[in-house]
Amino acid sequence: MSATATPTHPGDLHFHAVSVRYAGQSAPALQSVTVSAGNGMITAVVGPNGSGKSSLVRTLLRRVPMLHGTITLGGSDLARWDVRELAKQVAVVPQREEPTMPLRVSEFVALGRHARRGAFGGPSAEDQEAIARALDKAGVRSALSRRTDTLSGGEWQRVRIARALAQSTRVLVLDEPTTFLDIAHEMAVFELLDELAREGHTVLLVSHQLNLVARFASHIVLLHHGSVAAAGTVNDVMRGEILERVYEWPLVVTRDPAVGALALLPLRGRGRAR
Amino acid sequence: MSNSVLMVAPRDPSERTAWLVGLLLLPLALMVAMAVGAVSIPLTDVVRAIRGMGDATTVSIVQDLRAPRVLLAAVVGAALAVSGGALQGTLRNPLAEPYLLGVSGGAAVGAVIAMAIGITAPVLVTVCAFVGAAVATLLVTAIARVVGGSGDTRLLLMAGVVVGAFANAAILVALADAPPERLRGALWWMMGSVADATWPAVARSLAALLVLGGALVWRARELDVLALGDEPAAALGVDVDRAARRIFLVASWLAAATVAAAGLIGFVGLVVPNLARALGARRHRSMLLMSALYGAILLVAADLAARTLRAPADLPLGAVTALVGVPFFLFRLRRLAA
Repeated sequence: MSATATPTHPGDLHFHAVSVRYAGQSAPALQSVTVSAGNGMITAVVGPNGSGKSSLVRTLLRRVPMLHGTITLGGSDLARWDVRELAKQVAVVPQREEPTMPLRVSEFVALGRHARRGAFGGPSAEDQEAIARALDKAGVRSALSRRTDTLSGGEWQRVRIARALAQSTRVLVLDEPTTFLDIAHEMAVFELLDELAREGHTVLLVSHQLNLVARFASHIVLLHHGSVAAAGTVNDVMRGEILERVYEWPLVVTRDPAVGALALLPLRGRGRAR
Repeated sequence: MSNSVLMVAPRDPSERTAWLVGLLLLPLALMVAMAVGAVSIPLTDVVRAIRGMGDATTVSIVQDLRAPRVLLAAVVGAALAVSGGALQGTLRNPLAEPYLLGVSGGAAVGAVIAMAIGITAPVLVTVCAFVGAAVATLLVTAIARVVGGSGDTRLLLMAGVVVGAFANAAILVALADAPPERLRGALWWMMGSVADATWPAVARSLAALLVLGGALVWRARELDVLALGDEPAAALGVDVDRAARRIFLVASWLAAATVAAAGLIGFVGLVVPNLARALGARRHRSMLLMSALYGAILLVAADLAARTLRAPADLPLGAVTALVGVPFFLFRLRRLAA
């Protein structure tokens, strides 16, 4: 039933054999990494710390120069677009962000419209509608007039997602959006991403939460030392022998008796590791 | 529907009050500053003298001496505050300002060198000041990068203070044997003054404020986005490095113009934008505009204090702003650390 995305869909985001290296580093942070995020589904990028997950997002934002490879959206090479055009097509929620200079939530979310607005003048009716929709979708309309430095961790993440939604893009990329969130807030974010995918967004999610990813994502890409260690459906990637090798920790993958999803269970016993 | 009502981000009542108070305070400060001095002039006579009425001496004192001095203080204060506000947004550091970043010091060295080699045309002196400011900026960012990465704005400030100290030393050495009747002394440059203000100097500074400050206000929403951080700004469609460089350049130029007109005056660019934010101006457009207003008020008041605190001595203006600014810096630093 779940139709595999045709490569021509305008919302398909495709990293093809991407290699990047940070200035002053000898080893590349990403080595020939291929990731395909199809429209209408969640594609997850997982892997241990330092495996290159965030580098993938930074490459998309052009904060790291690409050595090789291409990134395409709907078949069109993103290198030909300027950053402003990119922001109209792809919304990114980066990993780290601190409200150093606090704004009201409404002002903060309105910055999602930056690429679509001129230097002067207030927000257009279209802008306002997009902002209101984003606030509703992310469930933060009630926080509208609060300052960003007074929000709880869960509110702050949802407000950041709202800003990305206000960009009115087909593609949504999120770098560990549920870090520091409790179970309820984490689930709320995953449910929201699921809903967005069903509504026709392309969702590319970088996450540490393998067990939730296994329940929500259609495809998983497992990174290890900057390369793809495994990629495919949940069943392809959620395998004990693969994950144990990549995470360098003894573990088992079981089927959760309550919900029937594949679940990873790290084992105890430091003596056995390595 | 209700969306439009909802989404028009309302000004805080505190911000509206701050505008109202500022707009009342500025003319009041200007008038009082023109009335007070070696010769006290009643406010009514000041008003008449501005319009050229009253006795010739009073008209001359007000029109030739006090009005240009007071207005230069106002324009320089506004320019420094706008420059500091823009630098704080770009660097995402509420402690940034042209003086502490060494930008002003570099501008002063540029201006001093220009005068030492015989350049006297004020516009050319300003250009040399800007070149000095640009060199200082390059130096400061290079030092910060070598020491530990350009991303750390604390290192940037530290490098700025060091370059500023070097600039002061260079000024002292360069002007050690300067003939006082021909050249402004080292103290004028290092501690700033509007005592010898002229109408052309007021006009030049005002032009710089309107053009360069106006450019910063024009790009204010870009500053809003930059202030979020490099990655969020890139995600929202801003070419981060280019935009930051451009804003840094314009803010430095604005600071250089104030240095050419009034020497080094520190801490106005630090204190005033923080004050504007505390008064409720969060977005950069209103923050920069409110900074201009309160920067003008603050420096007019500081100059009034400089003239009257230890009269008949005329205190260096930069000394007065430092006396207020340093405690504020420490206070703000503590809040950042907390």
